[in-house]
Amino acid sequence: MEDMLFYDRLQFAFTITFHYIFPQLTMGLSLMIVYFKWIYLRTKTEKYNNAAKFFMKIFAINFTMGVVTGIPMEFQFGTNWAKFSELTGGIIGQTLAMEGLFSFFLESSFLALFIFGEKLMGQKLHFLTGFLVFLGSWASGYFILATNAWMQHPVGYEILDNGKFVLENFSALFTNPWLLPAFLHNQMASIVTSAFVVASIGAFYILRNKHSEYGKLFLKTGVIFGLISSVLVAFPTGDWNAKNVVKYQPATFAAMEGIFETEDAGAEIVLIGQPNMVDKKLDNKIAVPNILSFLTYQEWDRQIAGMDQFKKEELPDNIPALYYSYHIMVGLGTIFISVMLLAIFFLWRKKLYTIKPLLWIIMFLVPFPYIANITGWYTAELGRQPYLVYGLLKTSEGVSPTVSSGNTLFTLLGFVALYMLLGLLFLILVGKTINEGPKPKSH
Amino acid sequence: MEIFWYIAIAIVLTAFFILDGYDFGAGIIHLFFAKKEKDKELITKSAGLFWDSNEVWLVAAGGMLFMAFPTFYASVFSGFYLPLIIVLWLIIFRAIGLEFRGQFKYQMWKDIWDKSFGISSLLLALFFGIALGNIIRGVNLGTAENGISAHEAHYFFLPLWDSSFSPLTTHPGVIDWFTIIIGLIAVVTLTIHGANWIILKTNSSINNKLKTVIFNLNIVLTLLTIFSIIVWQIVNPNALDNFINKPYLLIFPIIYLIGLIGLFFIKKIQKNSHAFLLSTLVITGGIWFSLASLFPVILPSINNVNQHLTIYNTAASEYGLSTALIWGVIGFILIFVYMIIQNRLTSGKIDNMDYGH
Repeated sequence: MEDMLFYDRLQFAFTITFHYIFPQLTMGLSLMIVYFKWIYLRTKTEKYNNAAKFFMKIFAINFTMGVVTGIPMEFQFGTNWAKFSELTGGIIGQTLAMEGLFSFFLESSFLALFIFGEKLMGQKLHFLTGFLVFLGSWASGYFILATNAWMQHPVGYEILDNGKFVLENFSALFTNPWLLPAFLHNQMASIVTSAFVVASIGAFYILRNKHSEYGKLFLKTGVIFGLISSVLVAFPTGDWNAKNVVKYQPATFAAMEGIFETEDAGAEIVLIGQPNMVDKKLDNKIAVPNILSFLTYQEWDRQIAGMDQFKKEELPDNIPALYYSYHIMVGLGTIFISVMLLAIFFLWRKKLYTIKPLLWIIMFLVPFPYIANITGWYTAELGRQPYLVYGLLKTSEGVSPTVSSGNTLFTLLGFVALYMLLGLLFLILVGKTINEGPKPKSH
Repeated sequence: MEIFWYIAIAIVLTAFFILDGYDFGAGIIHLFFAKKEKDKELITKSAGLFWDSNEVWLVAAGGMLFMAFPTFYASVFSGFYLPLIIVLWLIIFRAIGLEFRGQFKYQMWKDIWDKSFGISSLLLALFFGIALGNIIRGVNLGTAENGISAHEAHYFFLPLWDSSFSPLTTHPGVIDWFTIIIGLIAVVTLTIHGANWIILKTNSSINNKLKTVIFNLNIVLTLLTIFSIIVWQIVNPNALDNFINKPYLLIFPIIYLIGLIGLFFIKKIQKNSHAFLLSTLVITGGIWFSLASLFPVILPSINNVNQHLTIYNTAASEYGLSTALIWGVIGFILIFVYMIIQNRLTSGKIDNMDYGH
């Protein structure tokens, strides 16, 4: 039973982590494509249209990967988490089915038209199809976040005698106080990823002295989008989320901030330190007094509950992993803001395209928004443990009762092998597209 | 309300098998009949332009099943664990075959992805047929032994096969001689359907030859159909009772027959879209014929300890179902609008459309 739960969790973690590499780019990138296309409509400068079409190629590759790795996500609710599906399907089935009906059809129908239909439709309609693709991809994110918000902070339900959750109030699913902050935070973070990808490709072109006209356009657009989005990720959206966690999941908050002991007045904010689960303290800690209380409540000496205030079974089951996920996300977020501020400063002084060290940094920064996005999700998911539905349904109660650990390990190994191949092909294709550059291909 | 969602999901699943069915079929044709590079390219394109919007129907069907019949969704998805995950892998292989083939000009690269596309299309068609076979055969719900269930009555787990490969044992596997017959029917049907699609959408050089292929496969399909009806009686003697009690359900076997008979005139049919319509009728009739034979059961229990899963004992709450009706109708109207727009813009032969990003 124990190792069955372990393999089920590992398989879900692995497949969702790999899957989320792709939608986080497509959601942000679709916005930037719409932006390029819009500027093209306004200025009629061919460069912007080529930029939109170039990123559409990258979008399309990511979209394919997102689709083929996304279908297993939906299946896995039933295959590996059957008990969870049976008990909560009446509620989260609603939001997941809505995602299918309202966003996937929209996205996939108009994506094909956007890619193949420019000549058929004319520029205004072409812009419109691009906008609908953007709308579809964001709607998809919204329904997934609505599903997750219900698991983090269940609302609008009733529990029957047989343990089943039944929907009692449909609109509560969408007015869930957890939903909007989480959605906006997630969307801003996906814009960060796409902005860094765009800027990184720009820096690459300038450094290689190839397609450098586009390089400058991409870099400039990337850093502008990058600065705005990385600020918005932290404030106000990240702040709203932290306040929700402290309000609805106080035990999670204590664990992710690494507060082992409640202090009498004013909680410190931990910058660095390693959780020591034996002695219940942080090793090698560097912390600033009272800041956490101020950030959370705008009061310097307000008390914040530490882990000592909670029973062991209420606390997340992997505190170090949660603590590191959260601190990696926050740390990277801070670095993103700093680098983008520097880039904007040099852009304003008209020196950005010539400062090589900064261009190298921007180029190599590209994996880190992915890491920040994924550790952000780990924070949400590890923080919700040991529950699937916070406070109500334990993770161990959600697994499929008849699937043995041997079968789960078999499929996990299969997914690992297949996704390695997929990842390799993805890198080859994206690399090829970037190398070819934004010049329109002649057929 | 249960009946409404049952029908809605059946429609979405049928749409999936009609739409993605033609690109599975195109894959099978590609594997066996396309020899020239030009034809291979055209056939890949005729599937590659549309597969992702076609597969959305599968995702939608899954989501709706989850929402409307959560107990059934949980039971079937965990019970058919291995075949479902294998189907997922095949879907991935097929998609990368389609998407990556045209990216490099090397012959070896193309050959690899051609085989990946063709073989996974073939296996997917077979597996989907086997799945249907499993549903109409039924499973040992609750894994009962000597009258006692090993776990909750609506759960089960099927191995891929049992050494006897017989549907008549107490613990049949996913693959047995009965489900394989249904699997073959699916392969032949979708191959015909895919051939019709290629004739309709491309000017490939094998179009004329494909008509002969369709004619010959249709003979095979007719024989398999007759054979399967006979053995179905062995597997389940009451299989056709529903049609005696509710004669109006006979409309579905009739639809199937119209398609099947019509396809024998494939060489005389002037409009290619009519031939495509006939294979669409075969698919639709076949699926609904099978579903109607079970109704209102959706997964029969082959032991007499635990009762069948029906649309009534697996459904979500009345409030949930009726709320979903409101957004469901809006959603379907929107999808209908997208389809009209998409069809208008991609009508006609696809030979000259851009493909390969």
